[in-house]
Amino acid sequence: MLWRLPYHFGRYLMMLWQAFSRPENYRMYWKETVRQMYDIGIGSIVIVALISIFIGAVSGLQFVYQLDGQLIPMYYIGYIVRDLAIIELSPTFTNLVLAGKVGSNMTSEIGGMRQKEHIDAMEIMGLNTAAYLVLPRTIAALAVIPLLVAVSAMLAIIGGYVATVLPGELSHSDYVRGLLTFYNPYNVKMMFIKSYVFAFILTTVSCYQGYYVKSGSVALGKASTQAVVYSNILILLADYLLVVLLTSD
Amino acid sequence: MVRVEDIRKSFGDTEVLKGISLTFEKGKTNLIIGRSGAGKTVLLKTLVGLITPTSGTVWYDDINFTQLDKKSLREVRMNIGMLFQGSALFDSLTVEENIRFPMDMFKKMTLAEKRKRVDYCLEVVGLEGINDKFPSEISGGMQKRVGIARAIVLDPDYLFCDEPNSGLDPKTSLLIDDLILDITRTNKTTTIINTHDMNSVMGIGENIALLHKGKMAWQGHKEEIIDSDNELLQSFIFASPFLKELKEKAYGHK
Repeated sequence: MLWRLPYHFGRYLMMLWQAFSRPENYRMYWKETVRQMYDIGIGSIVIVALISIFIGAVSGLQFVYQLDGQLIPMYYIGYIVRDLAIIELSPTFTNLVLAGKVGSNMTSEIGGMRQKEHIDAMEIMGLNTAAYLVLPRTIAALAVIPLLVAVSAMLAIIGGYVATVLPGELSHSDYVRGLLTFYNPYNVKMMFIKSYVFAFILTTVSCYQGYYVKSGSVALGKASTQAVVYSNILILLADYLLVVLLTSD
Repeated sequence: MVRVEDIRKSFGDTEVLKGISLTFEKGKTNLIIGRSGAGKTVLLKTLVGLITPTSGTVWYDDINFTQLDKKSLREVRMNIGMLFQGSALFDSLTVEENIRFPMDMFKKMTLAEKRKRVDYCLEVVGLEGINDKFPSEISGGMQKRVGIARAIVLDPDYLFCDEPNSGLDPKTSLLIDDLILDITRTNKTTTIINTHDMNSVMGIGENIALLHKGKMAWQGHKEEIIDSDNELLQSFIFASPFLKELKEKAYGHK
């Protein structure tokens, strides 16, 4: 498989080169972008909210357990949950989940269009199909996913509060004090940078898998799986690189 | 007119098209026939530029189609209409939106003008009033007709049909054939049809090309078929024992 990597990377770059060219009709592209924004945003908000509340809740409880009886002040839990959500959990978890939900959906949709000759039909009409299928999805993802990540971070913090303060593991004032301690706006910037990079990866990798799918339902299933697997691997790799890059002095 | 000169296409070590030269005439129904695997679909896709030939040239009148850059290719393609085997209608769009799609994308027309054109195209294919239906809500034959309506909406000079009768009953097949013939004659299009359907061959075959294992095996008019001594043609057209017997009874020769 690895020896095919340069081939796929080259073809992926060529698809992007075609995709990021001037649209034939801005109105039609905008219409498609809005449809994709709706699908990605409204279609994913429930799953993102659920996951965010739970990761916040679990993080809060884990740190109550770990810091219990230590010399570290308990209000640090609010601070840890906040920064963990903003810097790492919300951008990474949200995008890993979206790679599974939105990414595989994009691969299936585009792959189905390829198999049912819809893409050929568009080509014959004279349309730049890579642009029409990839560009609106990428723009929509770049517009909506960072917002979902921001919502996710807020909900994770609320989840942490619900799981630690309501059962009495931590006082309200301790949690809020933690939230207000050592606040660094740069972390929010880091969250958005990560969100944009991950959103770009999951969208373009998923579109690539669908755009070049071979015929047959087995190939389509395989492409959807590959879209999720490759997006996840690349998101985690990018996460590591971004942390190295953004936290180095 | 569409002309191909010594077209060759290989996939790996397998040569699918082995030097085909053909002329498809304007205002006529040009049929490409042949057994499965003969190279019909590859030839059709090469003609419209979905497959790049290994060598050879495709001419659209005096334009060398195989040498065009992407921009010029798109301009020529806007003058091509194509009906796909599975109709290739976009599931998420209504019938009207499907037919309107090429106009929405490329034409500066008002919505009223576009709707008028859609209604006209639906009238041509005999499907007035189904504008708001989705492809999943209409039959296979109707989908083919909507596919034809979409193919002709920009009034193309070249019309390509890939297996237009596949999956249709004989009556609906005849309806589709008549429609294609009518459009070809009225609009003076160069129509190229890839088919297995013997009813189509005998009904609308004005210029028939038989492919066999990637090579041209026979070319002629439907009326020349009966008297042709080309064995490949005879075994393809009269494939079933019943048809062979019928031919012998009717024409008195093998």
